[in-house]
Amino acid sequence: MSKERIKISDDLYDIMPSDYQDLVKSATYGKEDRGWKDIGNSKELIEQHSLCAGCPESMAFRYILASLPNPEDTVMVGSTGCTSLVFPMVAVHNIHSLFGNQNAIASGLKRALSVRFPGRTKDVVVLAGDGATVDIGLDMTLQAWFRQEKFTTICFDNELYANTGGQESGLMQKGFVAKMAPVGKLFDKVRLPEIARESGCHYVVQCTVSKPSLIEKVVRNAVMISREIGPTYLQLYTPCILEIGKNSMEGLQEMRDSEKPTERFAYKEYVSEPAKQLLAEIAAKDKEKKAAAKQLASQGA
Amino acid sequence: MADTHSVIGTKNKKGQTFTDTWKMMNEAPRTPSFYTGSEVIKEALRRASCDVMIAYPITPQSEAAALIGELFAEGYIGDYFRGESEFAVMSQCAGAAFGGARVFTTTAGPGTMRAMENFPMWSGARLPIQMIVTCRGINSPLSIQPDTLEIAYLLNTGMLVWHAETAQDFFDWILKGYMVSEEPDVHLPLALCCDGFFVTHTKDVVNLTPTDMCLPPYDPYRSPVPCMDMECPPVRMMRDPFIMKSNYISYATHASWQQEVWAAVERSRKHTIKWLNGLIETENTDAEVIIVASGTAVSQGREAIRLLEDEGIRCGLVKVKVLRPWPGEEIREATKNAKHIVVPEFNVTGWLAKEIKATIPDSDRVNAGPHVCGGMTMPPEIIASEIKTLLGMRTMSLAGRGS
Repeated sequence: MSKERIKISDDLYDIMPSDYQDLVKSATYGKEDRGWKDIGNSKELIEQHSLCAGCPESMAFRYILASLPNPEDTVMVGSTGCTSLVFPMVAVHNIHSLFGNQNAIASGLKRALSVRFPGRTKDVVVLAGDGATVDIGLDMTLQAWFRQEKFTTICFDNELYANTGGQESGLMQKGFVAKMAPVGKLFDKVRLPEIARESGCHYVVQCTVSKPSLIEKVVRNAVMISREIGPTYLQLYTPCILEIGKNSMEGLQEMRDSEKPTERFAYKEYVSEPAKQLLAEIAAKDKEKKAAAKQLASQGA
Repeated sequence: MADTHSVIGTKNKKGQTFTDTWKMMNEAPRTPSFYTGSEVIKEALRRASCDVMIAYPITPQSEAAALIGELFAEGYIGDYFRGESEFAVMSQCAGAAFGGARVFTTTAGPGTMRAMENFPMWSGARLPIQMIVTCRGINSPLSIQPDTLEIAYLLNTGMLVWHAETAQDFFDWILKGYMVSEEPDVHLPLALCCDGFFVTHTKDVVNLTPTDMCLPPYDPYRSPVPCMDMECPPVRMMRDPFIMKSNYISYATHASWQQEVWAAVERSRKHTIKWLNGLIETENTDAEVIIVASGTAVSQGREAIRLLEDEGIRCGLVKVKVLRPWPGEEIREATKNAKHIVVPEFNVTGWLAKEIKATIPDSDRVNAGPHVCGGMTMPPEIIASEIKTLLGMRTMSLAGRGS
């Protein structure tokens, strides 16, 4: 899709919702160096959402949508949960179908887009909660990786089932007392990042969403690598402040506390050899481009 | 993107000519060929301009699913792979259809049941996927044998449901099925059912269309819902996800959408009548006794009618080809003179008889049975015997239980 496609006929302009008019005027479709710094300067690809006040998931959504390298040709796949309250307000095509089948949907979708648009880039990005990714959908999460499906899987890890009211999930910490874990969870947090690496993911990152610049970097890397090489996985801590007894203002601090080097969300990264090579090539090209731009600027001056 | 009609007369990469489907199915020469049902599925797919096929092994559809893999290797199918379970496969089919592909898959029995959550989602998302169901037993103890019980579960999913009797039906209906399914005022998935083994694993003479002709490609923009490929504006469908809320507008949205899905099933009626030459076929509907059946029970019914003719008893026949949309009007008309309506079925619950009873006046005319299930065959003699009993005639005991 080009930005041409979202233009409004002059005759209909005044009856279109103002957020759509804004999208046409100042969204960042097609902007090569788009990133988190566009937030505040341009129309975001997410409109008002109905998540709880202060929910870190809403921050994560905004950073991810600002960082997609190719939103004009990206289709997102969601699943049931809090994320499904947000997707209707997202200005890239997105699919919700069932709970837990997101990586199966994405497998079929990516292949269909490859058949229909040979030679064109169409990115597919899955974004689902930890219940969808690790519990009910684990089979399809892993099988998509085994098959080396070329899309990115992002898991919003809030360590429980938030939308249904705070039940135990596989990514919950051991010992945490929750609904359906009345005496505390009896087994360890599932180590999906390690499983992802062993299952064939070429780029795996676990981190919190406390730093927008970091999210921009890992989202771009994940999408570029999945486009060229194979599956990638991001596990992002987006604490459910409601269910862990925090206030609206405390989400950011919760993430900062949990990402300290000794804590469970300390930054972890795995990059396969071919992915390393690709990232090096992209970095070299960026450097070249910047140097050329600098030269052009100095000539102009 | 080439649209459906502008490519007619041009060739695909395999050298097949995209052909007007009506001409291909009704006017092009046919070659008689001796094939198994599974091979016939492959031959239909060769001509179907299918973009994506997703496979999973389960008897008795495994052979067909693997043969379509060979077609992919030959370059006739855009993409093909084995999924990890039927639930996943049906979701993968959904993903491919959301992305604008013409999609095909096959399943059977327990696989149909495992995948069941997907089917109302397919209908609700208006995905014109075609799924072959080679019916087999679904209940414990384990059985791989023919049994049509799974069709009962598909009837309320919002899918179109057709029930083929022969391999010839199968060949024609796979190709015609896409034409009905993909109409913009329908745009619904099709469950094309047959009785496993009886149709899939037996050889029959089937008249095939020329191999160098194929269906026009699917045009995903002739659709009542946007294709998820970012080739049209990503309009926010809702300012607020009200459909997830417990309030009147949420209920009203869901209610109107469900009604629309079933209205689309109804709208498929006119297209189905055109392509299949009616939802039912009838013979001798002025007879006192009429057999109403679907699938291979129709073939057994025909044999029973022949046996009874030898004894001077005249019976009529209604072959129910299409179960959704339900041919209520047609069945009422065809059975209006019948004193006895006999419904032989390959399942234990008699779902077809229940549907018919709910459709016609004086439903005590309906004789639900004979039933066989769990893989048993249905000898025409037991149908004939049931009819003679209904007519108050003496019959021989067929299965001696010492009585």
